Amino acid sequence: MASVIEETPRESDGVLARLVRPVRWYHLVIALVLLVFPFVSTGFWTVQIAAQTFILGTIALSLMLLAGYGGMVSLSQLTIAGLAGYMVAVFGGASGGLGMFWPPIVAIPLAILIATAFATLVGALSVRTEGIYTIMITLAVGMAFYFFVLQNREIFNAFNGFAGLRPPPVLGINWRQPEYFYFLSLTVAAFGYFLVLYLSRAPFGLALQAVRDNPRRMRALGFNIQAHRIAAHALAGFIAALGGVLMVWLNTQISPGSVGLGPLISILIIAILGGILHPIGPFIGALIFVLLDNFAMQLIGGDRFNTVIGLMFLLIVLFSPDGVLGLWKMARERLKASKKPSADW
Amino acid sequence: MSAAVHALELQGVSRSFGALKALMDINMKVGPGERRAVLGANGAGKTTLFNAITGDFPPTAGRIRYFGEDITGLPAHERIRRGLRRTYQSSQLFHGLTVLENLFLAVRGVSRARFSFRRPGRNDPAMEAAEEMMDTVRMSHLAHTSVSELAHGQQRQLEIGMALAGAPRFILFDEPAAGLSSAERTELVAMLRNLPEHIGYIIIEHDLDVALRVVSYCTIMHNGAIFKEGRPDEIEQDPEVQRIYLGSGHG
Ligand SMILES: Nc1ncnc2c1ncn2[C@@H]1O[C@H](COP(=O)(O)OP(=O)(O)O)[C@@H](O)[C@H]1O
Ligand SMILES: [Mg+2]
Repeated sequence: MASVIEETPRESDGVLARLVRPVRWYHLVIALVLLVFPFVSTGFWTVQIAAQTFILGTIALSLMLLAGYGGMVSLSQLTIAGLAGYMVAVFGGASGGLGMFWPPIVAIPLAILIATAFATLVGALSVRTEGIYTIMITLAVGMAFYFFVLQNREIFNAFNGFAGLRPPPVLGINWRQPEYFYFLSLTVAAFGYFLVLYLSRAPFGLALQAVRDNPRRMRALGFNIQAHRIAAHALAGFIAALGGVLMVWLNTQISPGSVGLGPLISILIIAILGGILHPIGPFIGALIFVLLDNFAMQLIGGDRFNTVIGLMFLLIVLFSPDGVLGLWKMARERLKASKKPSADW
Repeated sequence: MSAAVHALELQGVSRSFGALKALMDINMKVGPGERRAVLGANGAGKTTLFNAITGDFPPTAGRIRYFGEDITGLPAHERIRRGLRRTYQSSQLFHGLTVLENLFLAVRGVSRARFSFRRPGRNDPAMEAAEEMMDTVRMSHLAHTSVSELAHGQQRQLEIGMALAGAPRFILFDEPAAGLSSAERTELVAMLRNLPEHIGYIIIEHDLDVALRVVSYCTIMHNGAIFKEGRPDEIEQDPEVQRIYLGSGHG
């Protein structure tokens, strides 16, 4: 990897060199921490904190893609994830419901496919709306799904849902083991993160952001606005579905409560808490959320999680509409400004 | 073919907004490569004329021919694909993207491949074209600056760059000098003069120092109709024009 130390970009730069150039020292530190973490922490931290952060972060990432780049705030991202989780249970041999016993190699891709298709449909439904109406339509979709699974016994096993769900022992590995589950979640999260990061600068991502900024100009330029928005929903649905499959394995169960209003809003809170300007935001938000979820009780006693997360949310939105990412950006600009000699004097 | 083909030919073009007749029976011929100014007070219907030509707000009556082809009913992007471009009176840019990305999208818009998940490589033709346009409007040093961080004059410059995407044959400039400093105006005049000869344009401009120096013919509009036409020197001397429009400063 001699190209890493090249100082100036060359015409002949290979793919590798171009991939490696934006790497900074703190990226390496983070990568190292992520790799070592499961070997130096307890199972609780590895699974309940870290893996859960990756999973919730991945689902919130799908919202970040829609809201941050597409200007479309969708409340149904957890519904998509939940559908994928449900389908894994339904096709993968959970007791109750349809009781299919398909091998994981079929059941899991099928679950992801169905959830992605559903997301595309929701996208097609909602892209003609703007702003608050998008929120309302996607909220309606989420609530409709909640009541549907609550009442449908044939497929979704009604209020009982499904329990005892475990990752199948693919490749002879017990994916329930904390380290394995950690790396599985990390891989999925990293895949989603880099996919979104890559697309943000690809023609599709640029066009999506341009549609957000000025749909009229984009239409005049000959771009198909609706197609870009629907594609964004499909892509976000795919990412949410990946997170949904992991979520069901993490919780070992799924029931209507998993896709109720509370969890729907949680994804929104996570995305906004972390910030939707960059794909890392949802993961920061998820980490804060998961930490508070697990430790709020110890910190201030009683079941005050909702109070704490609500207050955090309020503070963040008040002081930094761009979430924790926004705070980071502000701090960096302050630092830069204080280092520069002032030109005003 | 007896008559020469015009770049633009408007026949009886009218546009109403409800009861308001913003354009009334406009007849106009602009030759290929011709450069024309459209002058007139605020509300005269100049921007509406542009909207009718580009299809942003199609005319309610009349026909528009572009290099001989009747484009009256074509959607806006089909006209763009034929090389008809415009700039907007208030910049219509993508504020969250960089200068280069804005131009890149303008180029992609007129190319065939508009939908792609692959990042452009180093030798991507659209990227190279965008870099060239950036050079033409002298913004190369701002390639990776976000539009939201640009000064007003730079945004106007970029607005012009967006119109140069692909292979423009005819450009409609809507008040490109509005809000520019005098130095920026000088640059604008130079840029307009340096456009390849085959590119014709119509420019709406209140500043006669800009408008009359970059065109060979002027059309003056008043209340949605053509009021007078003539060469820049005729227009400058015309007492009636002087009295109504030019004496009273910027309408
Ligand atoms: N989209 C529109 N809806 C309603 N009225 C419009 C619209 N666009 C322009 N007008 C009206 O048409 C008239 C001409 O406007 P415009 O073409 O913008 O004038 P100019 O560009 O010469 O200043 C004005 O009275 C304006 O209010
Ligand atoms: Mg106007």
